[in-house]
This record gives sequence, structure tokens and C-alpha cells, in this order.
Amino acid sequence: MAVIIDKSTKIIIQGFTGKMGTFHADEMMKYGSNVVGGVTPGKGGTKHLDRPVFNTVKEAVKETGATASILFVPPAFAADSAMEAADAGIKTCVAIVDGIPSHDMIKIKRYMRRYSKSGKMTLVGPNCAGIISPGKSMLGIMPGHIYKEGRIGIISRSGTLGYEAAQQLKNLNIGVSTSVGIGGDPINGSSFRDIIEKFETDDETDAILMIGEIGGPQEVAAGHFAKENMKKPVIAYIAGLTAPKGRVMGHAGAIVSAYGESAVEKVELLKECGVTISKNPSVMGDTVKNVLVKS
Amino acid sequence: MDIHEYQAKKILSSFGVTIPRGGIVYSPENAENKAREIGGSKWVAKAQIHSGARGKAGGIIVCNSPLEVAQATDKLLGKKLVTNQTGPEGKIVNRIYIEEATDIEKELYLGLVFDRSSESIMIVASTEGGMSVEEISKEKPETIIRSKIEVAVGIQNFQARELAFGLGIEPALIPRVSDTIVGCYKAFSELDATMVEVNPLVISKQKQILALDCKMSFDNNAMFRRSQVSELRDKTQEETKEVYASDRGLNYVSLDGNIGNIINGAGLAMASMDMIKLAGGSPANFLDVGGGATPEKIVKAFRLITMDEKVRVILVNIFAGINRCDWVAEGIVQALQKIEVKVPLVIRLAGTNVEKGNEILKKSKIKYIEANTLEDAANKAVKALGK
Repeated sequence: MAVIIDKSTKIIIQGFTGKMGTFHADEMMKYGSNVVGGVTPGKGGTKHLDRPVFNTVKEAVKETGATASILFVPPAFAADSAMEAADAGIKTCVAIVDGIPSHDMIKIKRYMRRYSKSGKMTLVGPNCAGIISPGKSMLGIMPGHIYKEGRIGIISRSGTLGYEAAQQLKNLNIGVSTSVGIGGDPINGSSFRDIIEKFETDDETDAILMIGEIGGPQEVAAGHFAKENMKKPVIAYIAGLTAPKGRVMGHAGAIVSAYGESAVEKVELLKECGVTISKNPSVMGDTVKNVLVKS
Repeated sequence: MDIHEYQAKKILSSFGVTIPRGGIVYSPENAENKAREIGGSKWVAKAQIHSGARGKAGGIIVCNSPLEVAQATDKLLGKKLVTNQTGPEGKIVNRIYIEEATDIEKELYLGLVFDRSSESIMIVASTEGGMSVEEISKEKPETIIRSKIEVAVGIQNFQARELAFGLGIEPALIPRVSDTIVGCYKAFSELDATMVEVNPLVISKQKQILALDCKMSFDNNAMFRRSQVSELRDKTQEETKEVYASDRGLNYVSLDGNIGNIINGAGLAMASMDMIKLAGGSPANFLDVGGGATPEKIVKAFRLITMDEKVRVILVNIFAGINRCDWVAEGIVQALQKIEVKVPLVIRLAGTNVEKGNEILKKSKIKYIEANTLEDAANKAVKALGK
């Protein structure tokens, strides 16, 4: 199976009957994702997009055997929905929503500490594009057709920059095993390090492209992990060379507030960890190609 | 979102932090009366702008009579203060905080922030108050003490006590300092703050523990449940174009260069700015029109960019995912029918329905330079500057 999701992974949509949930559930099904139902409290017992609707995630899991969910609920209710998924035994939850308060994100992560490592849900996002394993399953909102099947793992904070990378790789006839959007918020469910670790043990992935940006310690933490624990090559691009200090650049987490958080500093620190740097965003594909040729 | 010093003080005071007596004024007459009302023989007139380092910029004036308070207020009101944090354009002073002067014995530093590595709230304290935390970490890093607070249970008294003893506070004052730390923590966690800074926190000659200057910032994403905090927003302290953008759901940051950007996605926007810089140009702004850039949003974006007189070239870079290039192209055509664009326009479309999008642009009568890749777009934008 691919690193997080596979063709058979049973998916439910939280916030199924809303506009966003409906649109993206439909897109996911067209791509071939195994969507088995959805949750909208109060609409249980009905059908939507020819799939059953449930009142609670627990009920949906019990009836369908779902192990993955994707959240299309408004930011104010997102923390509640993520914790409901964790409690119902969902293994992978993607939160697409942008605008969850940081205090709520901390609350979710503390809540999830009650589960043992093996029983713990992998939360991806918020404020992200989701996960895609090309040709297998899409648990996200990306344009599936730009991803070619292959053996590169992509981890990106930004959605559009992840698309840009997939397109560049496709133009070079290089494919993607799995692409994970971890989102642009300061506190997120899965870090670069969490996902890079999964890719290292994934026998469908040969190399990893990490697309980071200014702000926070996560890219460098992943670099240290790679240096100490990984055999697969890691390539990185860090966006935001021109970003002024102390300003939020669109993503709530894209703000330089301490040493090591600017693009230039992150690039230096990653180089020290043996990570190959893509000098600019237009050569992400070429940089991956060069690394593949060498290894 | 940032708030003013006097607003932060009022909030912290409601959480048990002691502040000097003071009041906000909007006119010199007002100021004179306020000084008499506060009483005493020495006052400080403090310009309220969203920036630190106001003292060095002449924004804080010590006064020895109510008349002097009025004069100081007169001098500060309407002035643009330029500090090392405001940028060269400075920030306008519309409000003055009049405060009783404090006899300072010792200045301390107290700050609370989100710690992104441990995903908890971090309290930072130092005996070297009055300096910025950056200066302290550079010049006297050994004086900095930190404490990570487990947010699920909140701050414990022992943690506040440890910090207070760590600052070398005399035993009799430990309870007051601890209460101050606990109060700041509670304000932070109960109001969805992202930063609370008391600098300096002072011990007065009368052995009072006073928050002499305070700063607070809040999580914009939490404003839906913090209406009382969101009312404290002062738009006069924000850049005009940024206010225009945020009122219209656009993510915009004003920069110094002359290439205006309209881009979907924050990451792609930052990457495009990087490419402009590498091509030898300089971006005039960061602008993310969002994943689902509708024609209306594109029109708003063009309106915003054309408001900026620095802009000499406009670069549109769209990677359509769920969005479709043909819709974006329609949006661009509509925008150019409504808004007169006098500068060269470079457009790069990629992703879903890119052929259709480019066809729409070509069929329309709009004048533009077509680009195919991120690099091509940046190079053409920089080249167009010379025209």
C-alpha cells in the first residue's frame, strides 16, 4: 500500500452535505477514491451523492468500516470534528479548512495524546490541499490529473506550490508516489518530520521533495531527522526569500519571528543536514531529476 | 491583530496585573484635565501607535505640570512617528495615553508567545527589562529564563514562582510577581492571544510591581469568538491598501518594489516573488487571491494593484487546481474592461484548462505578454520594466 492511503482505503466526508463537501466528495469519487459515506449531524439516515449520511463519525465507522476522513466543516467547528474522528477510531484525517484558531489546534493535539502511538490518528492539515497517491486514491482537493504515477514523495506546506512541483516533475516524465500537503498554519497535525519518516519506510518512494517556507522550526527539524536516520535522498525548496521579517505572508504560519526561520537561514541549515536545495521554485523538478541520476 | 498599549494595559489589569494610573486622551485640553484627575506631580504622555521603540522616536514625553502634559499632547497628536519597527512611512498618532510617572527601581522583561516546536505557550523572562528581547538575547542571553506551560492544565503557581525567584526578586515581592505572571498567562490563553509582552515590568521605589509598557497580539482566526477584542482594531495603524484588501478577503502585504503580483496560493505567491528577485526585479506586493479565485476576486485584485503608484508592471500567475484557467481568464478580461491598466501586463496560466484560458485571453482585445513557466513569467515581468 502507498504510504498513507490506498485504493481500498474507505473514506468518509465530515461536512458531507455542505457545498464544499459535496463538490470535493464528487471530485474524489471521480478520481477513484473509495468514498463510503459522510457525516452531517441531523441528516443521518438520508443519502447524498448516492452514499449514506450519518449523524456521528462513530456510527459511520461502525456501519462502513471507514478508516479515513476529510473535514469540510467551518473553522469554528473544525477542532470538534477532528477530535470526534480521533475518538471514533479514524486512522487518517485530513483537515482542509483554513482559519482554525491556534489555541484550538493545540487542544486537538493534546486530546490525541490519550491514544497509544499505534492507535493514534494521523491528522494532516489544517489549511492544506490533502493527500494524493496518484492512480490510487485522493483524500484532498488537488487537481488529480497533474500527478503522474511514480516514486517521488512530495511534502508541501503550500497547495499551489505542491501542484507546481507535480507539474514540473510530470513534464520531466517523473511521477509521484504520494503527495502530502501539511498546510500553512503555525501548528499543524503532521509536521515535515512526521511525513518524511513515513516516506523513509515506504517501499514505493525513492526520494523526497520537501517544499517549505519561512516561519517555524519544522523544515530544519526534518533536515536533522534526515541526516541522522534516513538513507533516501531529500530535496528541498524554501519559499519566501523576499519576505520581510515580522509579516504574515498569507499562511498564518509564514512569519519570520526568530533566528533560523527566514528562507536564507533555513536553506543554510538544511544544507548542513545534507539536504539538496532547489535554488528556485522553477527548478524543483530539475533538482529532483539530478539527484535521481546521481543516486 | 495588534492593539494599542493602553488597550493591552486595560485587558491585563482585568486579569490582576497592576498598571500605573492613566487615561486615554484625544486633545490637549482633555490631556490637561486627565493629568489633574490622575493627580501627582509628574506625568508621561505616550503616543499610541502599533509599534515599540516609541521612546527613541520621540513618542514618549515626561511632563512636570498639567500644562506641560497639554503641550506634549499637542506636539504628538497628528504626528507621524517613525520607529525601527514602522518602516520609513511611520505611523500616525491619534491617541495619547497620559500616565502617572513611576519611580523605577528595577526593570524586568516578561513575554509570552506560542512556541512552535513544543506547541505550547512559552513564558520568557529576563532581569534586563527595557531592552528589546532581540537585544537581550544578543547581549545578555544568560539572563533569559524560560518556562513551557502545558496548555491543557494551564499555568501552575510553582511555575510562576520559579520564574519570579529566577529573576532574583526579593522574597516579599514574590507573590505579586507570580500573580502578574499568572495574570498575563490567563489573558493570553483566555483571549486567543498570540503574544503578550510586558517590557518593562518594573519594581517601583515604593515596591509596587507595575506593567509599564505592554503589547498584545491576537489570532485573527479566533476573532469570530472574540468580538470584544476585535473591536479594539485600529485601522489607522494599518497600511491603507492592506485594510482595503483584508476587508475584501484578499491576503495582501505591501512591499517596496515595482512589480505588482496577482497570484493564487500563498506558497506560489512567495515563490513568484523569489523568482522576480532572482530575475533582478523587486516585488511591489504579496497578493494571494486564494485557491478559488473567482472573476470577482480577480477584479478586486486588479483594483488593489492599480491603487499602488509604485507598480510599473503587473504579473498574474495562476496555477489552477480546482479552479479553472478559463474562469480566471474570463475574470482577467472582465477586470480589464472595468479598470484601466496603464502598465505592461504579464500573464502566466497553468493547470486545469490552460489551453482554453489562453485562447480566451488571445481572442479578447487585451494587451498582455504571455508567459509559460514561473521563470519565464518573472523574466518577462522584469524585462517589461524597461519598456
